[in-house]
Amino acid sequence: TEEENTGARKIRAAFHVFDHKADNTVDVREVSTIIYSLGCFPTKADIHRFVDEVEEDNMGYVHLDKFLPVMTKVLLENKFPPIPEENLLQAFEVLDKERRGYMEPQELAKYMKSEGETFSQEEMNEMLTALVDEKKNLICYKELISQLTLDLDT
Amino acid sequence: MGCGTSVATETQLKKLETEEAVRTPGLALTIKAAVLIQRWYRRYMARLEMRRRYTWNIFQSIEYAGEQDQLQLSSFFSFMLDNFTQLSGNGPDLISQLLNPVVDPWLDREICYTLIPVPDSYTGPRISFPLCVSDTNALLSAFKEQQILHARYVLQLLFEAKKLLKQMPNIIHLSTSYTKDITICGDLHGHLDDLLLIFYKNGLPSAETPYVFNGDFVDRGKKSVEVVIILFAYFLLYPDYMHLNRGNHEDHIMNLRYGFTKEVMQKYKNHGREILQLFQDVFSLLPIATVIDGKVLIVHGGISDQTDLDFLSSIERHKVKSALRFPRHSLEQLDIGQSCRHVKRMRSVDSSCSSSRSYSKNQGTPGQRKRRCKLKRDDSAVSTSSSSSSSSSSVCSPHTPSSQSLRPCPSSPSLPCKVLQVPYLDSLSSVPLPSPPQHEQEWKQIVDILWSDPKTQEGCSPNSFRGGGCYFGPDVTQRLLLQHGLQMLIRSHECKQEGYEFCHGGKVITIFSASNYYEEGSNRGAYIKLGRELVPRFYQYQVSRITRKLTLTQRIRAAEGSALRALKEKLFAHRSELMANFQQRDPNNTGTVSVCEWAQVLECVLRLDLPWRTLRPHLARLASDGSVEYQSCFEDMEPGAPLPKVAPNLAETLFRYRTDIEIIFNIIDKDHSGLISIEEFRHTWRLFSAHLGVAIDDRAIDDLARSIDFNKDGSIDFTEFLEAFRVVHKLDKDAQLGEKKDKEKHR
Repeated sequence: TEEENTGARKIRAAFHVFDHKADNTVDVREVSTIIYSLGCFPTKADIHRFVDEVEEDNMGYVHLDKFLPVMTKVLLENKFPPIPEENLLQAFEVLDKERRGYMEPQELAKYMKSEGETFSQEEMNEMLTALVDEKKNLICYKELISQLTLDLDT
Repeated sequence: MGCGTSVATETQLKKLETEEAVRTPGLALTIKAAVLIQRWYRRYMARLEMRRRYTWNIFQSIEYAGEQDQLQLSSFFSFMLDNFTQLSGNGPDLISQLLNPVVDPWLDREICYTLIPVPDSYTGPRISFPLCVSDTNALLSAFKEQQILHARYVLQLLFEAKKLLKQMPNIIHLSTSYTKDITICGDLHGHLDDLLLIFYKNGLPSAETPYVFNGDFVDRGKKSVEVVIILFAYFLLYPDYMHLNRGNHEDHIMNLRYGFTKEVMQKYKNHGREILQLFQDVFSLLPIATVIDGKVLIVHGGISDQTDLDFLSSIERHKVKSALRFPRHSLEQLDIGQSCRHVKRMRSVDSSCSSSRSYSKNQGTPGQRKRRCKLKRDDSAVSTSSSSSSSSSSVCSPHTPSSQSLRPCPSSPSLPCKVLQVPYLDSLSSVPLPSPPQHEQEWKQIVDILWSDPKTQEGCSPNSFRGGGCYFGPDVTQRLLLQHGLQMLIRSHECKQEGYEFCHGGKVITIFSASNYYEEGSNRGAYIKLGRELVPRFYQYQVSRITRKLTLTQRIRAAEGSALRALKEKLFAHRSELMANFQQRDPNNTGTVSVCEWAQVLECVLRLDLPWRTLRPHLARLASDGSVEYQSCFEDMEPGAPLPKVAPNLAETLFRYRTDIEIIFNIIDKDHSGLISIEEFRHTWRLFSAHLGVAIDDRAIDDLARSIDFNKDGSIDFTEFLEAFRVVHKLDKDAQLGEKKDKEKHR
């Protein structure tokens, strides 16, 4: 079907970006990036399960032949549906109990590292570098929402 | 609050709720919120990573494409040399001086540096020979202060280095010891900051801190002169502890194109030529390999299935002055062209795309750039053709060597194009021929060492991407290591994001020491430390020229912007061909083609293997029906100054080859006045355009010459001329104008 063809092409294109050696394989660690870039929002568990299905015998890489059908299914069945932007704003407001419109870096870090699908220290550092307003030393999440949710691709 | 949450989260949540029933009721919500933020953030980072990747791809593709074009340029120089003796009546010019293979690097040149006075007014470093530590320290401090070493000292330094290098074998053998590690660095490419950073982190070269620098000290970066002076100074100071391997950029023809020649001529207006001549000798005298403990082989590029270390030890390495100056008796012309990219990706080419180009050498379709395909094959049997002895580029000459014929490309039946088979050193020939003359083998062996790249698949194929050397597979590595009792191959030659990379099951390491090579933030640099146990330890770094810390987003955005700009310039420079192809697919003149077709055309014409669909939003607009408005690709750009009256195809050629033409003009302009005579211009241009297959008659050239003789005095200010052919990005212009206005406002 037309939809399937477009989907397949999109998947191939995304896969291709990480296929450095031009042999239709990608490093298994790139799989989550590829899935995200295709508009999906898998949980960590989802990713683990996906990788289990497609990884080449624990060799550390994934071949396009295995990736394509599984990913196509994910897209067609909308297995990892997107989370709307409004929810992201609400999520911040839940953590920002006093509804100030901003959070302090340590506050957010505490949550990110201890709750849910926790961040590693490295992830946390990167997040803070990306989100903290240098002058105020605060995370003004309302302004950040658009940056976080900006979608360039069609 | 269940809308939008995925099924998985719900299950997760329920699990949590049952497990932690005693906790506060708000916790469930908090967790949900945290998960949401985390997931969004991870997605954001993934998209960023995606952008970083394709930015990288863009830079690399353009870089390798440029190197292929380089081979075209070198054949042009050969052609120029062979077709006319002097460009002007004032004695041998720089080109013939630089390219004349007769001058043996081994011989002493008549350069008397002692006659060059160093004036009292000179405030730079003064060094004396033999060098001692205070001299090298003086050089380091001076270069940190942006000073220039006086030409006399440069010449003396090179003179001494040449003497010393003559005593060195082709392959240097080193041993580790229990007390000190050997540090191995990769490409520096004129990045002085990186070299200084390495010295700072790791220590200056000394008996306690021996170094191996694995080639490519010069070109591309702005401080190639300083880098190479420092390296040679330490080499003279500690010949036992400072080892330099030759890289593919230690080559005077590469230097013409990639910046070193220009840098030298700019920094040394009076003695630049002599300095370059000595560099030429010194570069060809550099050792080509280093072996540590008989177990670790270090070469700049890689190996081929023909690599023979014993043979390499025995040859006269200086005889191979340049990889790009082919042995005189070998073959007619090395044809380089597109479809060579397909070696890497093996994609089928759209047949309608290829039909718009001419493949036969002698079919001069006026106004179209001739394409020549290089045969790609996996058979690397070495043989020569029985072609005529002249090594002149036969591209423009009307005499076609009889050995050339049109033959389909055998190893990729999916390619519908007809490929012109050109005899090359390891060309496929139906008749087995005796092994080639000695100097050709030498040339091939050295070029393989300096230019090859590893690949994942087994086997050994010509490296058509680069135009020289091979792609070598893990089996080739294995065989060579086994043959010589080696354990590991360390090489450089390719930029890696992390500064280093393993391949071939850990047997091959790529080490690259120029951080931010493509752009600020593009990659880290790294070096290796190797101790007695021969287990490599990696040290990474990244020079940051900007004092303010950039976020990852900002860095990626900057790099991306730069890459996209370079890419757009490529589009602009191939505008007419792209438009012709688009229009071919748009018979109803709607101004649009499908995204698929758009991507295909770009890949076909530009010969860059990039994720075009992913890049599309940055390059072209979509119509309301989802198809691409192909003209929108070119909207953003315009020439840097009003164009002289020039035919469109000529204009495009000028855009494309602007840098190369600039080099040629700089060479012709002996007195560095910025002006060349109309006659010189005419002559050069006629040759260049003939070489490229851009049909242009004498009258058009005369018109062009006259139109750019802005001063009407018989000389051409080529800087002004070329300014018209620099691509300017309109958005940049607006932004700059805006900035200017702001600045004036806030004064």
